Formats: sequence, C-alpha cells, structure tokens
Amino acid sequence: MTISLSHFSAAVVFGLFASIVFGITQRNSTRDQVRYGLYCFALFVGGVFVAGWVMALIRR
Amino acid sequence: MAKPTTTEKSKKTATEPEFPLTTMAVVAPIVGWLIPGGGHILLRRYGRGLLLMISVVAMFVIGLGMQGRIYKPNGGDILDILGFVGDVGSGALYILARIMDWGNVMAANASADYGKTFLIVAGLLNFIAAADAHHIALGKKP
Repeated sequence: MTISLSHFSAAVVFGLFASIVFGITQRNSTRDQVRYGLYCFALFVGGVFVAGWVMALIRR
Repeated sequence: MAKPTTTEKSKKTATEPEFPLTTMAVVAPIVGWLIPGGGHILLRRYGRGLLLMISVVAMFVIGLGMQGRIYKPNGGDILDILGFVGDVGSGALYILARIMDWGNVMAANASADYGKTFLIVAGLLNFIAAADAHHIALGKKP
C-alpha cells in the first residue's frame, strides 16, 4: 500500500489529527474541546498558508 | 473518643495527596500507550477514546503508507534516538510494525520524509493521550 499526498494535503491531514488529540487532551468540557480543536486546526492550516507565502516571497 | 483538633486535621490533609494514586491511574496510561485511546475507553470515555484511537492509528497507517521509516532501538545519533522514542509511543502499533518488518526503508523522497514525521508524531500524540488518561483516572480532569 502506497499513499501519495501532496505537501499541502499531508499538512492538512497532519493538522486535522493533531488538532483532534490536542482538543481532547488539553481542555475539559466537550464544548471547549471542540473549540480548541478547531482553533488548533485553523492555526495549522493558517500556518501552512503563511509559510507558503513567506517561501514564495523569498523565492522571488 | 476525642474529636481531632484543627491542627491534627491540617496535618492529616498536609500528608494526604490531593489526588491519591490509584490502580486505575497506573493501568489506564499503560493500556492507553499499548492501545491508542484504550486508556480513555477503560475509563468509560468512549467517544474521546474512539477519536484518539482513530487519530493515532490513522496517522500511523498514513505514515507507513507514505513509506515512512520505523526507527529501531539505537545508541547513535541523537535524532535517531529521539525518532525511536517518538515511534515507540505508538505502543502495540510499533511492536506490530517491528514484527511485520514494516517501515524498514530509507527515506528516498519528500513523501517518505513526511511519512517518517507522521509515524513519530502519532507516537508523541499517543503519549499525550496516555498522560490524559492518567489525569482522568486521578480525578484531575472530568
């Protein structure tokens, strides 16, 4: 079995699963867990875009 | 029988830990390490346990699918040692991978490098989940 993911899709999948674990383990109530999980996921994906633009600007 | 005085009570509370170590507080993180999410399921947090299991197992399987490398016990480069520590966090998944000789490849492309990272992070996330199971069993967390 071989899985081929692009850099972006790998980062999104990574962020998704890491956010689920962070949400569950770092907050107490279900509501807070969902909110923190979404917050972490947004930071992961947002970080990918920011890093992507920084690298694109450096390359120019 | 004489009632305990205030000083005796305060001495007693000072010696007793706030969250005493129970058998479950030892067993739950060990089960959680061996079976990702197992510690939470043992503590009847079925939803959380299932989500943790899906997350860690999915990251591990995706890591293997991307031709990620599984680290063996080693005493060489510090990064190799840390890679092994991360991988071993996956518990039974790591043992199974070693038995079946999965992940016995050298990273030859970027995808395999991402796969290696997926495998290490799956183990590290499982360590966090096991520590969370310990806190739930102690009563520090609902």
